[in-house]
Amino acid sequence: MTLREGTSGQRFIIRSVAESPLKNRLMTMGLVPGTTVTVLRSAPLGDPMALRVRSYHLALRRDDAASIEVEATA
Amino acid sequence: MSSLAVALTGNPNTGKSTIFNELTGARQKIGNWPGVTVDKKIGYLSHQGRNISVVDLPGTYSVNARSPEEKIVIDYLLNEKPDLVVDVLDSSNLERNLYLTIQLLEQGIPLLLDLNMQDEAKRHGIRVDTEKLGAALGMPVVETTARSRSSIKTLLDVFTSTMMEKYQPSEKVRAHIARVEGLRAGNLAADALEEKIIEERYAFIDSVVSECVSVAGASSDLTEKIDAVLANGWTALPLFLVMLYAVFQITFEWIGQPMADALDDFIGGPLTESVTATLESWEVADWMQSLIVDGVIGGVGGVLTFVPLIFVLFFCLSFLDGTGYMARVAFITDPIMRRVGLTGKGIMPLMMGFGCAVPAIMGARTLDSEKDRMTSILVTPFLTCGAKLPIMALFAAMFFPDNAANVVFAMYILGVIMAIIAAKLLGGTVFQEKGSTFLLELPPYRIPDMKTVLLETWDKGKGYLIKAGTIIFAMSVLIWFLGNFNFNGMTEEMNESFLAALGTGMSKLFIFHGFDTWEAGAAVITGILAKESVVSTMGILYGVGEISAEAEDAVETAATLMQSGMATAFTTMSAVAFMVFSQLYTPCVTALGTIKKETGSWKWMGFSAAYMFAIAWVVSLLVYQGGRLMGF
Repeated sequence: MTLREGTSGQRFIIRSVAESPLKNRLMTMGLVPGTTVTVLRSAPLGDPMALRVRSYHLALRRDDAASIEVEATA
Repeated sequence: MSSLAVALTGNPNTGKSTIFNELTGARQKIGNWPGVTVDKKIGYLSHQGRNISVVDLPGTYSVNARSPEEKIVIDYLLNEKPDLVVDVLDSSNLERNLYLTIQLLEQGIPLLLDLNMQDEAKRHGIRVDTEKLGAALGMPVVETTARSRSSIKTLLDVFTSTMMEKYQPSEKVRAHIARVEGLRAGNLAADALEEKIIEERYAFIDSVVSECVSVAGASSDLTEKIDAVLANGWTALPLFLVMLYAVFQITFEWIGQPMADALDDFIGGPLTESVTATLESWEVADWMQSLIVDGVIGGVGGVLTFVPLIFVLFFCLSFLDGTGYMARVAFITDPIMRRVGLTGKGIMPLMMGFGCAVPAIMGARTLDSEKDRMTSILVTPFLTCGAKLPIMALFAAMFFPDNAANVVFAMYILGVIMAIIAAKLLGGTVFQEKGSTFLLELPPYRIPDMKTVLLETWDKGKGYLIKAGTIIFAMSVLIWFLGNFNFNGMTEEMNESFLAALGTGMSKLFIFHGFDTWEAGAAVITGILAKESVVSTMGILYGVGEISAEAEDAVETAATLMQSGMATAFTTMSAVAFMVFSQLYTPCVTALGTIKKETGSWKWMGFSAAYMFAIAWVVSLLVYQGGRLMGF
């Protein structure tokens, strides 16, 4: 699945980041394969989403999150 | 000894600017980096007999040279070779912060690591073993809490010591660099190579962090608790509106406006009187008196009265930005903003447009895609700024005495609708480049550093002051000249002046709009110089002399004007057409000057002036003719 479908409270491990104009920035910000991300909440109307990654918070549109392949984790 | 050149680098939201401001205070010079609209801040100080210059480099997450900021940082560090580079890190968020560090170490740049935000790290139970970290990287490490004097002293002592000289990258860093070199020497495609290198850097960071950082018991996170209310579910948007309302009240009711009124009273009263008296006593020629009092003091003074509003507005916004709330505002409004072709990051600059387009246009700097920035700049002037409000209030009171408030409100809505349509159209035609994205750090909530807020306010507001002294000054002299002269020299009768001639020319454009009088034409012209002038021009031209341009006095002013020729010069429908036109046409020269400065292009300034005039002309025409067809 991709991070796009993530809902509040879910935790994921990043598997891969697909090609996209944002790819380099996403990875630079610490979203590299193996990193844990937690979905914190969504903005009104469900998009963008707020994530916790590497002890900081990041907001990302769901369309942009679609390029991040993830796996659910406990 | 020669002076010491220090550069501060680091991620955004690490307290880097606070450290810079605490180090240098008001002894700063703010300019631009060559060719870009990124602020270049240099401060000066001396410590233990040494003169020190400090450069506050733009906050960046990396130095991939993909944005102007990133390019500035790496170019400066590699080309200018400052004596000391301080890498400011947020101790509670080391992993991502160390990315920039390792990138700089790969470039062979020696760093002083400043573990800032110690207070926050402690609250989160995060402990960094500074000795181990220093050894792991081979660089000296200091701990600071930006706002504490002792932290600043510690930093200064390090600056003037020679401790940097004995440091060199650790074995671990050199091994990392060797691995990166190995990857580069391989035959990976550019994209794949970059990806591998980024992963390699984070692998390095993870190993350093696991050695040096321990987290003792996750304390409750205040930021999450606040966000559960301010950035969550049904409470987020109403609370944003409350916050917005508070900012506007502070600016336009409680603090800013009273200050503006006091300044206005002073300029219009004691200042004008004493200058007039002085000029009289010096027996200065009448025309010169008129130029100084009516032209310069009237014109520049009129703009100066906006200065308190601008400063108070900027103060509020800098303060909110310092708390971290602005990032949440972008987050919660993005779903609405993206539907109209903008981005959540653009909401705050746009909202300022209801006060004054000038700071609103300047505020668009913070948007990261060129498309979002340009769209925001070009649509902002459609909104009803504080200077357009009196026009709406006056005409509504004159021609719709029973429905004035609704009519004014309708004009606000018209402005918003036109801004949305224009954003959509510009997005679909002029700025078709790749779609906008939204990637934004939500920094922890913090109590803003007052020194930083005040310096930021001054830095932004200063530009407006400079403008009042230059472009507005020149324009005031020009309009005074046009209103008081004709080909025979100076004239007492304004309706024989150049301004009247220009007004007559301008009015030809409005034959089908129902307001083709030279007075309306002249008001349209002066409105381009300043929207405040529309009402005062009407007053002068319809011979009722000085009238109040304050929206609150609109009813009274309307009653006065009803007695004049103005009541018969307009029909109800042509009054509506005039309001529509005033709401939408060419921004004032101050706003145009700001557009020129922010876009760096005369072309875009000209485009803005022309397309808004055209849209206003068409919409106003449709409203007038449509209204007539429906029998109004």
